[in-house]
Amino acid sequence: MKILVCVKQVPDMESRFRPDAAGVWYAETDLAFRVNEYDEYAIEQAVLLKEQLGGEPEITLLSVGPDRVVEAIKKGLAMGADRAVHVRDPEAHLKDPFQIASIIAAYAKGEAFGLIFTGMQSLDRGSTQVGVAVAEALGYPCVTTVVAFEYADGTVTVKRELEGGVKGTVRLKAPALITCQLGLNQPRYPTLPNIMKAKKKEVSVIPVEQLLQQEARLVPAQFSAPAKKGGGVILEGEVADQVDRLIGILRDKTAVLR
Amino acid sequence: MKALLVGECRDGKLLEYSYELFGFASRLGAETAMVLIGTEGALPSYGGTVYLADAGRYGEYNPDLHKRLVQAAVEREKPDYVVFLHTSYGWDLAPRVAALLKAPQVSEVVALAEGGFERPCCSQKMRQVVKPVGAPVVLTLQGGAFPALVPGGTPQQEPLEAEGEARGEFLGYEAAVRKGVDLTRAEVIVSAGRGVGKKENLPVIAELAKVLGGEVGASRPVVDSGWMEAGAQVGVTGQTVSPKLYVACGISGAIQHLAGMKKSGFIIAINKDKDAPIGEVADVLVVADVMQFVPALTAKLAK
Repeated sequence: MKILVCVKQVPDMESRFRPDAAGVWYAETDLAFRVNEYDEYAIEQAVLLKEQLGGEPEITLLSVGPDRVVEAIKKGLAMGADRAVHVRDPEAHLKDPFQIASIIAAYAKGEAFGLIFTGMQSLDRGSTQVGVAVAEALGYPCVTTVVAFEYADGTVTVKRELEGGVKGTVRLKAPALITCQLGLNQPRYPTLPNIMKAKKKEVSVIPVEQLLQQEARLVPAQFSAPAKKGGGVILEGEVADQVDRLIGILRDKTAVLR
Repeated sequence: MKALLVGECRDGKLLEYSYELFGFASRLGAETAMVLIGTEGALPSYGGTVYLADAGRYGEYNPDLHKRLVQAAVEREKPDYVVFLHTSYGWDLAPRVAALLKAPQVSEVVALAEGGFERPCCSQKMRQVVKPVGAPVVLTLQGGAFPALVPGGTPQQEPLEAEGEARGEFLGYEAAVRKGVDLTRAEVIVSAGRGVGKKENLPVIAELAKVLGGEVGASRPVVDSGWMEAGAQVGVTGQTVSPKLYVACGISGAIQHLAGMKKSGFIIAINKDKDAPIGEVADVLVVADVMQFVPALTAKLAK
């Protein structure tokens, strides 16, 4: 069986975000990038399945983006993927979720993947559309928001996470696409020998023009910080001083210290 | 202008937040109709048209058929907007409907904007305005962004049917695991988030909870990492709490967490990141490292 894992590289979410020159997305200056957290669960699930099946499946990683995404690809290869495809696109951030999904589907079409794993969303855009749209384009059944995964003889049994801590169990046959929710597994840290081994793994580069066949359905128009609603007090400065000021506020505004 | 609203049923009941769809339509100034895959007992208090498909026949989770049912209603209503809630049901189904209709989709809408819609990005820290091209436009709405509106009345039912292959089998619901402390009764909750750094640092949070006479809660990443039991989780997929005092230690404030604690009487957040979304709901935001600030606070309170 061939397995595909889709990986996005996103900025560290503790960063300060500023608009780019066009004012429609974030400027990349000073940002540190990493693997989208949800996609780490997708990579781990593929590697766990490969281990369960005695190493038989071949895992391909795919990432769409500028040259920096090679770092995310390297991490996925070090976690245990076998090979990777970098769809090189310096302007990926201007494409809408439908176009990104179409690009991935155009690549996956002739490859007969038995399973495709994606994160349920990205931390930066968070559309929750790409995985489902890839499945729709390929005609694969798809389950989203998966927090438990089992595979036996071509049958996939998963649990979806619903609101209020409720889960829904779904069974389906491969080929299928699964979008992974946080907590699905415990993503491994790459070991040094595996990081060294990953350097020898194949990374093919495909220019995005070869795969992009669709026009955008969404135009990004503005990127900004949300308007501050609350009039909350912000305490900055030295810790000892912050402690005193907070205790003062607790005495004035709450009954918990009485 | 017309909006087709997609309601949600679970276990044969209409989910209360489905009324937020009417609130949105009213803000948009759109005429409405609703699609519901449910039962007559789940019909909303609404005097308009409800396209009702039988959940007994189609199932409550069966996206292959649900997307065709929504498509059938779209063909009859010809709406400008097809509107879902941004929930596990909505974010699963909406992109499938968008694919069938070859329509643009804007996810997790929080506000109307000039020529488009405003939505959160960068883990709720920033906002993006996007303009859809083409019609109809598929939308999902962030929970709580548009206040619920109960139109009142008795709906005019239109039976809805669709054909298609269902490729997945829904085997049923599994109830939430409820062990440990019932946080809904606690007067003070001190919750640990990722900013605590590691499992070994958790006693620092427990000690603050102890001097404040409260219980310990957790954000999702802390539970996912196995640092604390799932029963301690506060948020949409955990417990919804409203203590007199809520202390969020190193919690950035994902929307799912905020929804579970924003009704607390007084909220203190301790976070290194001054721009963290938790600041939106906090009465006091202490900009500090949890592991430096919390022990100092506990020591002073214990005196």
